[in-house]
Amino acid sequence: MPKLSVWSIRASLIYLALGFTFGALLLFNKGEPISPVVWSLLPAHIDFLLFGWTLQLVIGVAFWILPRYRRPPKRGDVRVAWTSVVLLNVGVLVAAFGPWLTSAPGVSLVGKGLEAGAALLFVLHAWPRVKPPGA
Amino acid sequence: MPTLTRWFVKASLVYFIAALLSGVILALRPVLDLPGFLNALGPVYFHLFMVGWVSQLIFGVVYWMFPKYTSENPRRSESLAWATWGLINLGLILRTLGEPLVAAKPGAGYGWVLATSAILQWLAGLAFVANTWGRVKER
Repeated sequence: MPKLSVWSIRASLIYLALGFTFGALLLFNKGEPISPVVWSLLPAHIDFLLFGWTLQLVIGVAFWILPRYRRPPKRGDVRVAWTSVVLLNVGVLVAAFGPWLTSAPGVSLVGKGLEAGAALLFVLHAWPRVKPPGA
Repeated sequence: MPTLTRWFVKASLVYFIAALLSGVILALRPVLDLPGFLNALGPVYFHLFMVGWVSQLIFGVVYWMFPKYTSENPRRSESLAWATWGLINLGLILRTLGEPLVAAKPGAGYGWVLATSAILQWLAGLAFVANTWGRVKER
C-alpha cells in the first residue's frame, strides 16, 4: 500500500472513530437527554463521516488499486493526489469546526470549497488511471 | 471470501433493501395519511443506508482485502471483527425499532433503546478501527 493511501486511510479511520463518537452522543442525547449543546455536534458528525471517513477511504483505496502506468511515476503525479488529500482534511475540519470558532459568515463555504477542490484534484488524478490493462 | 465478510456483505444487502423500503414508507406517509410518528423513520432511512449498507459493506471488504497483519494472523483479531458485526447490527436494529417507538410514545421510558443503540454502534466503530489500524501499512 503506497504512503499516500496509508495516510489517507488512517486519517479516515480517525474520522470514523470521531464521527461515531459524535453520532453516539447525539443518539444517546436523543434517547436520554444530556444537554441541548450536544446537538451542535451534528455538522461535525455529518462531515466527519461522509467526507472524512467514506470519501477519504475511497480516495486512499482508489490511489492504491487503480491501474498503474507502465513507466514511473507508476501512479501518476503524486503531488496532485497529496494536495487533494490535504485539501480534503482541511476542508472537513473547517466545515465541521469553523462555525464553532468564528461567527464570520462564509466559514462553511470555505470548508465546502476546499472539499470541492479536493474532489476536483482527485478526479484530475484518477481520470487517466481509469484505463484498460496495458494502456 | 472469508465467512465474516460474507456475513457483513449479506447483512449490508439486507440493509440496502430496508433503507430504500423505509424511504418508500416516508414518501407514502403523506399520500396515504399514515401516522405522523413514521416521520421518525427519516434518520432511520439515512442510517440504514450509510451505516447498514455503505459502512458495513466497507467493513466486510476491508476485513477481506486489506494487507495481512502478519502471516500467522492475517486478519488480526477474528473475535474483534465478529464483535464489530454483532455490535453494529444489534445497535442498528435497536435504532430502527427505537426511533418510531420514542416518537410514537414520547416520555414512555423508551429512550434507553436509543441510548443502548448509541453505545453498541459506538463500540462497533471503535472495534473496527482497532482491528483495522495495524493492517493499513506500506509493504
